[in-house]
Amino acid sequence: MVKPTRVTNSIRALRFTHGEMTQAELASRIGVTRQTVIAIEQGRYSPSLETAFLIAHVFGVRLDDVFQYPDTSEEETP
Amino acid sequence: MAHREKRAWIMLVVAVVAYAIYVTIVVGRTGGRPLADVPYAAALLWTVGASIVANIVAEMAIGMVSPKAARVADARDRQIGQLGDHVGQSFLVIGAVAAMLMAMAGWDQFWIANVIYLAFVLSAVLGSVAKIGMYHGRLPQW
Repeated sequence: MVKPTRVTNSIRALRFTHGEMTQAELASRIGVTRQTVIAIEQGRYSPSLETAFLIAHVFGVRLDDVFQYPDTSEEETP
Repeated sequence: MAHREKRAWIMLVVAVVAYAIYVTIVVGRTGGRPLADVPYAAALLWTVGASIVANIVAEMAIGMVSPKAARVADARDRQIGQLGDHVGQSFLVIGAVAAMLMAMAGWDQFWIANVIYLAFVLSAVLGSVAKIGMYHGRLPQW
């Protein structure tokens, strides 16, 4: 069983707020296939750091506005 | 569907169909005699040759109907390809070791040739299944 990634993302919402950008357009701007954009959006694939930065640059936001990771220190607190 | 996923499907279908045809031919020739006495070499070589040609022709056909942009592979495609090939190669090693042990134990050439062919088929099938599974699911995380 493949361990699911804990990284979540807001790509779908960001695409919507950026003129309803299509997955194909985002894919062409970051140099990946549309299938890869779909996999990233659905949390089935964690992109490279470089691709993550490219996505953030396309939307003109910071990296952690696109990708989020749960704060483990909060979970460890009883 | 990603271009490389289509290629994985082609390899899977061609490997399964070619092996099914080969097994049908060889089993159909038994006629009550032991399997190891059945002439198999020509059928095996023709099946392997035909499956290579079928694979190339099918890949060329989907290459011609797909737009150039759809044929571009990215880092995810390459990762899936490498992991799938890794899965497939493990069966080649298992087949080679099995064939070596069978040769040392004096098994008939029929069984040695066929275990190697079966390893090639399993390598193609399981490598393709792994790739298709990764295209629809998640990539392993380390």
